[in-house]
Amino acid sequence: MMGKLYLQESLSDMSAEFLQFLFSGVTLGATYALVGLGFSIIYNASHVINFAQGEFVMMGGMGTVFFLGLGLPMPVAILAAIALTTLFGFGLERFAIAPARGASVVTLIIITIGASIVMRGLVQVVWGKEFHAIPAFSGDEPITIAGATILPQSLWVLGVTVLLVLALRFFFEKTIMGKAIIATSLNRDAALLMGINVRFVLFISFGLSAALGAAAGILVAPITLTNFEAGIMLGLKGFCAAILGGLGNGMGAVAGGMIVGIAEAMGAGYLISEYKDAIAFVLILLVLFFKPSGLFGKTGTERV
Amino acid sequence: MDKLKSPRTGGLLILMAIIAVLPAFLDNAFQVEIAILIFFNAIVCIGLNLLIGYAGQISLGHGAFVGLGAYGSAILTAHQGWDPLLSMVAAATFTGVLCFVIARPILKLKGHYLAMATLGMGIIISIVINTEDQLTGGPDGMYVDGLSFMTSQIHWYWLIGAVLVFSVWASLNLIHSPIGRALRAVHGSEVAAEVVGVDTTQYKVLIFVVSGVFASVVGSLGVYYSNFVTPDIAGFFHSIELVVMVVFGGMASTFGAVVGAAILTILPQVLTFLHDFEHLVFGLILMLTMIFLPKGLVPTLADLFKKGDKS
Amino acid sequence: MSLLKVDNLSIVFGGVKAIDDLSFTIEPGKIHSIIGPNGAGKTTLFNLITGVYTPTTGTVLYENEGVTGFKSYELAARGMSRTFQNLQIFFNMTAIENVMVGAHLHLNRGFFASFFGLPTIKEGDRHCRETCLELLDFVGLRHYADTDTDSMPYGALKRLEIARALASKPKILLLDEPAAGLNPAESREIDEVIKKVAERGITVVLVEHDMKMVMEISDHILVLDYGRKLTEGTAQEVRNNPDVIAAYLGG
Repeated sequence: MMGKLYLQESLSDMSAEFLQFLFSGVTLGATYALVGLGFSIIYNASHVINFAQGEFVMMGGMGTVFFLGLGLPMPVAILAAIALTTLFGFGLERFAIAPARGASVVTLIIITIGASIVMRGLVQVVWGKEFHAIPAFSGDEPITIAGATILPQSLWVLGVTVLLVLALRFFFEKTIMGKAIIATSLNRDAALLMGINVRFVLFISFGLSAALGAAAGILVAPITLTNFEAGIMLGLKGFCAAILGGLGNGMGAVAGGMIVGIAEAMGAGYLISEYKDAIAFVLILLVLFFKPSGLFGKTGTERV
Repeated sequence: MDKLKSPRTGGLLILMAIIAVLPAFLDNAFQVEIAILIFFNAIVCIGLNLLIGYAGQISLGHGAFVGLGAYGSAILTAHQGWDPLLSMVAAATFTGVLCFVIARPILKLKGHYLAMATLGMGIIISIVINTEDQLTGGPDGMYVDGLSFMTSQIHWYWLIGAVLVFSVWASLNLIHSPIGRALRAVHGSEVAAEVVGVDTTQYKVLIFVVSGVFASVVGSLGVYYSNFVTPDIAGFFHSIELVVMVVFGGMASTFGAVVGAAILTILPQVLTFLHDFEHLVFGLILMLTMIFLPKGLVPTLADLFKKGDKS
Repeated sequence: MSLLKVDNLSIVFGGVKAIDDLSFTIEPGKIHSIIGPNGAGKTTLFNLITGVYTPTTGTVLYENEGVTGFKSYELAARGMSRTFQNLQIFFNMTAIENVMVGAHLHLNRGFFASFFGLPTIKEGDRHCRETCLELLDFVGLRHYADTDTDSMPYGALKRLEIARALASKPKILLLDEPAAGLNPAESREIDEVIKKVAERGITVVLVEHDMKMVMEISDHILVLDYGRKLTEGTAQEVRNNPDVIAAYLGG
């Protein structure tokens, strides 16, 4: 009798524990998905891997901290931070990527690495090196579900991610601009011939990608804190998500982000928490060894 | 006579002359230190350039191989009491074998997927070094005794200078051999290389191992020189820094790798007077150089002077 | 003995027989052409002969040994080389260096000898450069020897590809539409080169849809249509075959 009760209790403990890890996994995963989507959008339009994507994320968080500090109300501060980051995205395309058209892929990668150093340097100079917190959007009171707890902010992360993904789908499938971006990614020359302003498409893609990154940064900042280096790991794991889903495949990047986030939370919870940050990379290596173009990628060749 | 005029021999002689006379212009230990640091970075970049510049295979994880050399040597010397030189050889062998094992699956990948895989591999190795603190001292790093016969800094200058000259010489030899042509053919067109008998996989693996061993040896020598090592050496930023040096100096140019290593080692030192603005300005210089000289410094200059030969 | 023997070869892609029960042999030392209208299966056959595709049924024997499952570089070592319909030049090298890559199999490729720059390597390269210059001369490109390939005209690059293949000392050389995209003058230059290659005793297999070129230089022609052999024989025989005329005029 006692034994049976004990077993039941430990079973529900186990499922609560699992649920707990799952909650933190999907929260992480949603963030990685947004970052990965940012990689995909820029890659599709320009075939550039933007190593400054993580810095867009960081700038969203740090920007919000700054505008809140000016006494602006939260929604205004958030919009201002997204606008500021989007400007950086536009600037990156106009002043760094566009002038280097025709350079090799490695050169373009290094230009974006330079941009990431500049953005980190700038934030460090203007806003300092300290860690900052953004207040959670609707309180810090954890919600209990089946023995596991979830922060209201996690629900914000998930909800906004779903909305953004749906909005992006609508944008790419139903709007002229979205279709132009898709056309450019499929065949740049043909797009040009069809009268699509390819330069403008690239410009918009960088801005869109920056805005997405900023949104991700703002959403997680209340959970993880933020400082000028906060974008580095987020950027790398977002890159993992984009590659895992097959570069350029937007929905693939979302799935990739979720897989990376859940694997990370489960791995850290059940296996070895010291190696939490390594899990995403072990996963990506295993996948690439067996499926060289990602889980949902088209097989094809390209070279650096 | 003719040989002296070729950029290959001429460049090597100029490099030797610079290394020979440089100490006369170095005022203090700090400047000698920077010179030695340049030599170390240049040697890694020469190996990495064979992989990236010649064979066209990117690696965003080579810092990890420097780290394996450094920690391999440090652990064997400090914990196991091995002879330093033997430790260095053991670490290089280990790195070489590891490269050989992972090269096949990794180098099957192309472009950004290859970049991701090498980056991931590097980060995993650096996380292991950071985490296994019983062995490595963790984020605080670890101390190691130096080489007993290297009693002053200038000894190190000459030793590493000599290793650099040897590396440049060997790299040039390799490039100007059937192997070097096969590597460039891999870069140019893998299918075309295969139909005339070049086993492209074999050469990709070979050069991955060679560049890994170059990095490992530098890691070992570096740890004996500074008697101290931290996990940063294996980190993502060090890996990126190495690739940046290669591309900045100019891909597929051995002397470009040396020049890139020299400039990007000196630049942060020069910029320290900017204090907080250091990183910002460094990033800007990097971006502007790559935007306006996308082929890198040395090839662009070489094109300007139309000197022909691409050593 | 035949150099290349194709027996009851078939390959199916998604239910479609791209090559359908094809048999033929290729004798050493002549110019053999495979022609047919677009979609006749020429390139598929080419990829089967060079081991790129695995046949659904049937065999391809080169010197009495199979080709399926062999890597291109292994076939090159057995004396089979090819060129590509879309140029595959090493654009990061000069013309002579392109040809010297072709000689790869016949050079000392020892790692340590190369690393330490031993005299045997340098001597070998000097000798290789001379023989490769002769090959450039052979295809009429000697004056381009030290030119970067990215600044050479298209027609010259087509011939450079042949010189590079010759440097591997093949017994059989397969050319995939060597005249594609060339103007009439360049096309004639390629014709001349192909004839001279055959005169050297190298078996040439040509895949072309340009009938005129094929008729002029081929000793033997195989006509494909919908993956099947329509006919084979000399240019004269093929020209007068009513099935061929029908196929080409879209009958």
